[in-house]
Amino acid sequence: MTALGEHQRLRASRRGSLRKRDDKAAFLFLLPWFAGLLLITAGPIAASLVLGFTDYNLIQPPEFNGLENFERMLTDERLHAALGVTFTYVFVSVPLQLICALGLALLLDRGLRGLSFYRSVFYLPSLLGSSVAIAVLWRQIFGAEGMVNQVLALVGVQGRGWISDPDSALSTLIVLNVWTFGAPMVIFLAGLRQIPVMYYEAASVDGASRWTQLWRITLPLLSPIIFFNLVLQIIHAFQSFTQAFVVSGGSGGPSDSTLFYTLYLYQRGFNNFDMGYASALAWLLLVIIAGFTAVNFWAAKRWVFYDD
Amino acid sequence: MTDLATPRAASAIRHRNPVVRALRPVLRHVALILLAMVMLYPVVWMVVSSLRPNSEIFRNPGLALDGLQIQNYSLGWDALGAPFGHYLLNSAIVVLGAIIGNLVSCSMAAYAFARLEFTGKRWWFAIMLGTIMLPIHVIIVPQYIMFSQAGWVNTFLPLIIPKMLATDAFFVFLMVQFIRGLPRELDEAARIDGAGHPRIFLRVILPLMTPALATTTIFTFIWTWNDFFSQLIYLTDPEKYTVPVALRSFVDATVETSWGSMFAMSVVSLIPIFLAFLVGQRYLIRGIATTGIK
Repeated sequence: MTALGEHQRLRASRRGSLRKRDDKAAFLFLLPWFAGLLLITAGPIAASLVLGFTDYNLIQPPEFNGLENFERMLTDERLHAALGVTFTYVFVSVPLQLICALGLALLLDRGLRGLSFYRSVFYLPSLLGSSVAIAVLWRQIFGAEGMVNQVLALVGVQGRGWISDPDSALSTLIVLNVWTFGAPMVIFLAGLRQIPVMYYEAASVDGASRWTQLWRITLPLLSPIIFFNLVLQIIHAFQSFTQAFVVSGGSGGPSDSTLFYTLYLYQRGFNNFDMGYASALAWLLLVIIAGFTAVNFWAAKRWVFYDD
Repeated sequence: MTDLATPRAASAIRHRNPVVRALRPVLRHVALILLAMVMLYPVVWMVVSSLRPNSEIFRNPGLALDGLQIQNYSLGWDALGAPFGHYLLNSAIVVLGAIIGNLVSCSMAAYAFARLEFTGKRWWFAIMLGTIMLPIHVIIVPQYIMFSQAGWVNTFLPLIIPKMLATDAFFVFLMVQFIRGLPRELDEAARIDGAGHPRIFLRVILPLMTPALATTTIFTFIWTWNDFFSQLIYLTDPEKYTVPVALRSFVDATVETSWGSMFAMSVVSLIPIFLAFLVGQRYLIRGIATTGIK
């Protein structure tokens, strides 16, 4: 079902390789993709590794400065702030988002009337969530005199400037990410459909309660999908940019409390034109994301259950 | 509640009180509708507020409208250097280029991966899958250097050319999955009739993969329309601004007194997304359900 199950297919496809080869045709069909790999993806990755060891401001030619960029990372307090903000964001918002997605998917499963209506309504925010318009809205509703505080005032609660207060600014962005739980929810719903009904029938005959069925049947059989959503949403959350940029006016403030890693990278590279350091930062991001994905895959052996 | 369990076995689990049993599905719907309302409330409130005078936006968390402040829309439309229609047009050009690029280049690559046997196929395919997860932030610096040396900054080329080169690997994967599901007998039959690969691709596979092409079109539309990061980086001349970049310059340029017109233009910018959602829901849901990326 997913990219993660691909290696098995790859292994299977090798068996077919005794057949006539179509190298020439394949080369022609893949020409745009090869060009893209060389110029747009792999080439730039290699280039940014080299640039990571230079001092480069786009005007003078790049100058090698050895490990200076990496040494600078160790003492760069704004980078440390950015890492803290990003990790908090990823590790709080992704679990919350997935719990909402899974909870709703379980509630919507089992032939509920109006399923497709609810599914659409809950899915819509994930299409809107990354837009500047919604970030503009967030800026208003969580402002000192914004909509949220007006509602709170109706029930007699004194709100605060959620976005202007460094203690709560990041939570407004976490709320925004949780709000977009619709996309993983749709994936969960598709996964739930694949679980054979007979498992539940057999469990019921044995007298297993709904709760037991959830823990013994649904969750184990859904674990590959949970894993897939987890990997994807973590990678996705590490790359968040728009909302923090718009809500903080590009600064990552107040007091760097919304300084996402990508936002800091943008500031170094495209406000200060400090391209060497920005390249080094880009590589650190790649290593962090690859590292977390690897840890995820390693941990998956312990909790992901494959039914085949 | 229509239960998956057999009626006899399930009745042992269900609540004995018939009133509670009858109420359960009702309660579930009430909870779901309440949640749906809470989730969509901010968006609906923004639409309503875009039709209110500025002073009221910061006083009224409700949805009742006294009158229609249509001026918000006309003021917002002309609030920036060019009429907002100019930015809508720029966005439309970028989106159209991205869609055409993705459809052509990704379907070609997908055909090769799904139907052709070639040297190193496993490795190329693995690399392709790997690039799905690649964050653009990792490659943006050298890519920017390259495009700026080519003189492409403040043109739409850096936003369109990568799509012509199948760099949205997600769609390649989606199409590969789809083509694998098509019966091979069709290709074989065409081959026996003397068709080569270009012909099989154009005449047999492409017409059959319209659902995958529709999914690609609609996702490319929404993602490119919303995309902010690369448009912010490559488009710095206000003349070339697309909708997201224009909207954010609006936010920075205006004082708090023009929230009404800012909301109005935000609503305008979301209308295409909403329409795409209404038209293409089926393809969106199927697309993420089978490949799982938002």
